[in-house]
Amino acid sequence: MVGKERRTRAAILTVVGILIAVYVLFPFYLVVLNSFKVQADIVSSPISFKGASFSQFVSNLSSVVNNSNFNFWRALFSSVVITVISLALLALFGAMAGWVISRNNKTKWATAIYLIFIASMIIPFQVVMLPLVSTFRDAGNFVGIPMLSTIPGIIFAYCGFGGAMTVFILTGFIKGVPYDLEEAASIDGCSPEGTFFKIIFPLLAPVITTVTILNGMWIWNDYLLPSMLLGLNGKYKTLPVAVQSFVGSYVKQWDLILTAALLAIIPMIIIFLIGQKQIMNGMIEGAVKG
Amino acid sequence: MNANTASRKLLSLICIIGGAALIIASLVLDVMGDGAPAYGFRGAMLVVGIVALLFGLYLFPTLKYHRRLIYIIFLFPLLFTFAVTVIIPLCLGIFYSFTDWTGIQYTQFVGFGNYISMFQDPQFIWSILITFVFVVINMILVNLIAFLLALLCTNGIKGDGFFRAAYFLPNLIGGIVLGYIWQFVFNNVLINLTKTSWLVQTPTAMTAIVVVYIWQYAGYIMLLYITGLTQVPKDVLEAAQIDGANARQTLFQVKIPMIASTFTICTFLTLTSAFKQFDVNLALTGGTGSVANFMGKYLTSGTQMLALNIYNTAVSKNNYALGQAKAVLFFIILACVSLIQVRISNAKEVEL
Repeated sequence: MVGKERRTRAAILTVVGILIAVYVLFPFYLVVLNSFKVQADIVSSPISFKGASFSQFVSNLSSVVNNSNFNFWRALFSSVVITVISLALLALFGAMAGWVISRNNKTKWATAIYLIFIASMIIPFQVVMLPLVSTFRDAGNFVGIPMLSTIPGIIFAYCGFGGAMTVFILTGFIKGVPYDLEEAASIDGCSPEGTFFKIIFPLLAPVITTVTILNGMWIWNDYLLPSMLLGLNGKYKTLPVAVQSFVGSYVKQWDLILTAALLAIIPMIIIFLIGQKQIMNGMIEGAVKG
Repeated sequence: MNANTASRKLLSLICIIGGAALIIASLVLDVMGDGAPAYGFRGAMLVVGIVALLFGLYLFPTLKYHRRLIYIIFLFPLLFTFAVTVIIPLCLGIFYSFTDWTGIQYTQFVGFGNYISMFQDPQFIWSILITFVFVVINMILVNLIAFLLALLCTNGIKGDGFFRAAYFLPNLIGGIVLGYIWQFVFNNVLINLTKTSWLVQTPTAMTAIVVVYIWQYAGYIMLLYITGLTQVPKDVLEAAQIDGANARQTLFQVKIPMIASTFTICTFLTLTSAFKQFDVNLALTGGTGSVANFMGKYLTSGTQMLALNIYNTAVSKNNYALGQAKAVLFFIILACVSLIQVRISNAKEVEL
């Protein structure tokens, strides 16, 4: 009797779960479906299969990919380059700084640096974005390296903005790595930098995965920072910026907009399908530690 | 060994002197130049100079200072980028908010002029108001829905892994793309049920933003609640069962008190992220929506929340000083919220 009751309850819950999943995934279904149609069919029957054909999808795809405002391959390339290099530098620099801070955590200067990093995590981007543009312009003119509308400039900015959270998480982890390991290496005649790169850095793999996922989700989807530093019509666009500037020029052209949206979300979906567990765990750990 | 040290010393000295010379030369070129930024070799000179200087210092064979030097070199990249992108703009930004800054230069101080004029603008007051309403509604709804989803996913239903991934999926996608997808949903699909699009009228348009925000964020908060719920120790639950507690009693008297810290984290995560909401607001409604009469004025940007108001003031209306002053206020509000959070979490930890 009890078993039967439990089974009905489980069945009801499963149905509820499926209904919610349908609701959550429905917009994605609409995007995929409607990128196979012409504008007229999208407007007249957005939910049904009427008018959907593969040849139309190819035609939508080619008009979006080659559009001069969207420029999919170029935007994808910029997004990948910016994200990958920023993540690599953040992991390396973050681990270096985190190691120095955690190995000197009794000194005043290291504590001060650590506290400044933590305190800066509450600074919203809005309060620095306007002076950031003028600072980058002036600094670029001063040192002779253009910082605005360039990829090195935006990578520099991501290192600055992602630094605080990265250092915070890495320092916490490195504090837990036993100091004996380093002392043993030092007695064997290993230099401090050798100790870091040969012994400490390889041990950080799990926590570096976490910070890379957290920073990666943020940098890949970020809109405001690239729109300020690269500009909406600049030489380089990340995918979110490209979508925004594309939609701005094709108001209500849903066949093109939805195909562009599909192209913009596909890379992230692929990465999620590959590293589902790691991504969800990384997001959880980041929130709990942050 | 000896020769090795000597040559190393020589190389180190060459690098230090060469690097310093390159840095000085590039800076001199900069000051001597006629103002036109000659990009290219000047920047390259500076970078090569700094790298050479650091490399020379690294090779410099005094064991005593070597460790300290490594520390400096290791801290330098992050501290430098952090100072240039966060600290300097923050200080400049606070300073500029008291001037008539145009984004490029300022001519005079205006004291609290920007701060006074922003509170005389009904549109800005409206933005603050709807942002607070939005934050409160979202904080309650996102947490409630996420918690219910977490209960659903931890109830031993089949395929809970799939459900978790599906509910979390919208969180992977940036707000700009999501905003346009939902603009399509509201304007072309749901319009068959609602007759007029939700995005036209201000109240329904705000509801639409809330719906999209919950859709995007609840899956993520759900993951945090699932983690909290699965960390409730098994023996405690068994003890409750032995004591004859039913499912509801276990939930309200055992599970919820035991994941109080998760509630604190989730509440403040939703609070700060809803407060900073920008992307969805921009892509879904663009801030449009009329308000017939607010403080005696007709408003055209009824769904424009704080972050979007700041952006539009500076970038679209080209009023940088006023936008910056609004941003400073935005920062102060967020800082107060974060301080309250730290207070509450500390107080909780003492209790436990």
